[in-house]
Amino acid sequence: MPRPLLSARLCYSAFLRCNRMVLWLLILIPLLAAPLAWMGQQWSRHAARWIAIGALSIDLLLALLLWSQDHRFQDSGHGSWLLESQTNWIPLWGISLHLGLDGLSLVLILLTAFLGLIATVASWTEIQVRVGFFHCNVLLALGGVIGVFLAIDLFLFFFFWEVMLVPMYLLIAIWGHEQRRHASFKFFLFTQAGSLLLLVAIIALALLHQQASGRPSFDYADLMGLTLKNGMGWWLMLAFFIGFAVKLPAPPFHSWLPDTYTAAPTGASVILAGLLAKTGAYGLLRFTIPLFPDAISEFAPIAMGLGVMGILYGAVLACAQTDIKRLVAYSSISHMGFFLLGAFAGTELALQGAVMQLVAHGLSIGALFMLAGALQERLYTRDMRQMGGLWGAIPRVASMALFFALASLGLPGLANFIGEFLVLFGSFASQPFLTILASIGMVMAAIYSLAMMQRTFFGRKREARIERDLSNIAFGTLLLIAVLQVWLGLYPRPVLTTTMPVMETLIQPARPSSNLIHPPSEFLPSSNSFTSHVSAP
Amino acid sequence: MTLLDLIALSPILDLGAFSIVTMLVLAIRRHHATIAVFSFVSCLLTLAILPWAATSTPRTVTALLIVDKYALLYMGLLLSATMVVISLSYRYLKLHFSEQEGVEEYYLLLLLATFGGLVLTASAHFVSFFLGLEVLGVSLCSLIGYLRTRRHPLEAAVKYLLLSISASAFLLFGMALLYFESGSMTFRGVGTVVERAQTVPGLWLGGFVLVLVGIALKLGLAPFHMWIPDVYQGAPTPITAYIATVSKGAVIALLLRFATDVGALKIDALAHLFGLLAVSSMVTGNVLALFQQNVKRLLAYSSIAHFGYLLVALLAGGSAAAEAVTFYVIAYCAMTLGAFGVVTVYSSERGDAERFEDYRGLFWTRPWLAAMLTLSLLSLAGIPVTAGFIGKFYAIAAGVDAGLWWLVLTLVGNSVISLYYYLRLIVTLFDDEPAPTTIPQGRAVQTTEAAGWTAVFSLGLVASIILLLGVYPEPLMEFIRDSVSNLLMVGMLRP
Repeated sequence: MPRPLLSARLCYSAFLRCNRMVLWLLILIPLLAAPLAWMGQQWSRHAARWIAIGALSIDLLLALLLWSQDHRFQDSGHGSWLLESQTNWIPLWGISLHLGLDGLSLVLILLTAFLGLIATVASWTEIQVRVGFFHCNVLLALGGVIGVFLAIDLFLFFFFWEVMLVPMYLLIAIWGHEQRRHASFKFFLFTQAGSLLLLVAIIALALLHQQASGRPSFDYADLMGLTLKNGMGWWLMLAFFIGFAVKLPAPPFHSWLPDTYTAAPTGASVILAGLLAKTGAYGLLRFTIPLFPDAISEFAPIAMGLGVMGILYGAVLACAQTDIKRLVAYSSISHMGFFLLGAFAGTELALQGAVMQLVAHGLSIGALFMLAGALQERLYTRDMRQMGGLWGAIPRVASMALFFALASLGLPGLANFIGEFLVLFGSFASQPFLTILASIGMVMAAIYSLAMMQRTFFGRKREARIERDLSNIAFGTLLLIAVLQVWLGLYPRPVLTTTMPVMETLIQPARPSSNLIHPPSEFLPSSNSFTSHVSAP
Repeated sequence: MTLLDLIALSPILDLGAFSIVTMLVLAIRRHHATIAVFSFVSCLLTLAILPWAATSTPRTVTALLIVDKYALLYMGLLLSATMVVISLSYRYLKLHFSEQEGVEEYYLLLLLATFGGLVLTASAHFVSFFLGLEVLGVSLCSLIGYLRTRRHPLEAAVKYLLLSISASAFLLFGMALLYFESGSMTFRGVGTVVERAQTVPGLWLGGFVLVLVGIALKLGLAPFHMWIPDVYQGAPTPITAYIATVSKGAVIALLLRFATDVGALKIDALAHLFGLLAVSSMVTGNVLALFQQNVKRLLAYSSIAHFGYLLVALLAGGSAAAEAVTFYVIAYCAMTLGAFGVVTVYSSERGDAERFEDYRGLFWTRPWLAAMLTLSLLSLAGIPVTAGFIGKFYAIAAGVDAGLWWLVLTLVGNSVISLYYYLRLIVTLFDDEPAPTTIPQGRAVQTTEAAGWTAVFSLGLVASIILLLGVYPEPLMEFIRDSVSNLLMVGMLRP
């Protein structure tokens, strides 16, 4: 064997041996790089940015390595953790530092590291003051997000859930636009209210475990086995649902979102819409649905109704916006509505669509916020009434905006289409009426996306003072996102197979008789399964 | 009195002796630094003696005092808090007094007040309860008015004096009624009457309520909170910190023992009364704090709310409640000392830095100070990685365990409200700095001046305690569980 190859092998095997540590590394690298980025400010203006990029790239590489390794785990572990790491923390309360990685968390961690890089690039020219502290906060928030995706001890989960909140708040409050104070308060108060409900429910679960078995436990596996009396299960489920729905956000808990997304600096908007919303979604998939199967089966139609409400409400309001960032923000509510619809539909198809929607929406919304930020930087306004005819002046921004507007409206061949299509397809069986309503949302998405393009880039030219287009690095990043969109749009299998075992376990407790599970290789069902699908109810 | 009794009592005797020695030293050598160091060392030595005293616990020393691990734990807390206050005070007093003005008695009064606090933690009898409270109250009253040339401290001192007197009046009358019904002045003896009789005598109930009113006045629970904001604002900032931590900590230690020994929570009417006090304190404190423009007043109202949270934990009853209350008090002391410590350090000879505008952009001029204040405020708000979160976690857990759903939900709702005013202060710290012209000249010089190494050291210690308890609370939890089980057991064993 040639020498370099041998050493690469050795490295790889060493990596495998210490891969329990890898889970902690994923969290600790951004957290430890954060103070470094702050200090880096003294050395040079760009040091903080490069430190952030370095830390996130290492994280991304680690996650990719785990992913490449993942295929070998696939056969063995259906529904069990691919990697696990457990250490005692507060044994008195049954709390441990318990991390676990499965397909769902892996996909979301990949998304986190990638969008973190996007956020850093997006703030390259926008953030010029207190650069070090900005990136310190970005890294702390991302460390918290990764922790959320990995923690399977509920106390630890809540710990990370809150860790990401304070840096996010500072990002908005310090570097935000006009309404930053108001927006940051609204963001923190809404999410904290949801979180505290969640905390009460988590503690109640742990104490119910104590009543059942004599010792309190916050561990996921222990709490999964808990049988809840119906009334209690219903209330706790509601608290879990609200806690996560606030982050998602689903109406009626969404009113913080437009203000916050609009007032946040571009980098923070990318993280907020691309990642923080996903933590809420993750919480629903990981905790709410599996922990309370009985209550969920009753609650699912309501949740799906809220999802449809979000789709239509977000879409209608997006049509009415004149502020481009606000438009994107409302479109985000609409898209996350699709996730909610799919997550509670109770079919594997819909669940897979929901996960796909998370990834696709993360990518497209990140790019759209980046473009909106670029426009604001050049025009000093976000008001679309003052734009128009920009295509000639800034063709790079315009072409990219067109691409992502199409992605956002669900053009076939791009990733968003796969997500929305699978969700609608999968939900039709259980809630045909709601699904029909939801599909109106796709039409409206076309209206607001194209209206946005029309008002900003086409039509009469109003602004003459723009001289520079996107920088190469920003343009390259956007191109990369576009490539990913096309790749996942044409070949979504990698994401779907990775998350499939998790989705299967989600489906089983609720509907043990479901025979719709299809082999991972086909993301599109055969006509056969489709007919059985329709005739099932 | 045997040798073992003396060993058990040694912390109290020790601090008492040191107070007298301090007084004598004052007569010989009036030197600020010497006295400050001496009083600091007195507390340190008393702290060091606690483990030795623990060897002979639990022990009833005369009918008045009971020294158990619970009492010693609280003594440790009070002594440490006093030490932090002393180290914060030194520079503060130097700013406000010239060398010849006689600042030294300040430390003597601090030692005496803490002495009263130590007696309170160990008292099992109305006499020791009352004596301890009075020693604490009288010393505090003089401390509050110590800056005798200023108007606000004097006003605050008079307010505190009136409060103390009315609290004592309520207490004495309540004690008299309880004695009338039970014929005993020990907490346990007072409780046995109710256990024996099937119904609770009306006068006994009235007596207990009056005693509770006296305690509530001292703790500043709503609706007995009127004095808190004025006194907090008017008192010299280190003394404000002292009232918030040592004075209230000692009284809550006493309340916990009193309520447990008497078995007050088993009586429905009293449990409801506690619940009412808790809700009104939480709501009043938090809602009124929303309107404050003064940092000290804001912290005052927030302290009212925090003692409401504590009552929720207390109401849960049993060992879970005792643990939760104790942990919460410790966390609360650390974060309050942190917040007031920053106010102390940031104050100049022109007056305390207490307006919001004083703190505008502090993070960009003095990052460490602002970070410390942010940490304390986040801890008060109950955000993870800080001690305050674990404290709140404990309180909620105790409440949920006892099935007090409404109280727990009120607590949660109030936490969200409280977040608003904490954030308001935090966001001020991160605001853009004011233009240099708007800063009064004295302050501009002041901000660059060093905080004094004693204050820096003690604040650093407090910060690390807040973080340590937030990240790795296990050892303290074990320790508290051990100490508190003692309280409940002794309560049952005593005749």
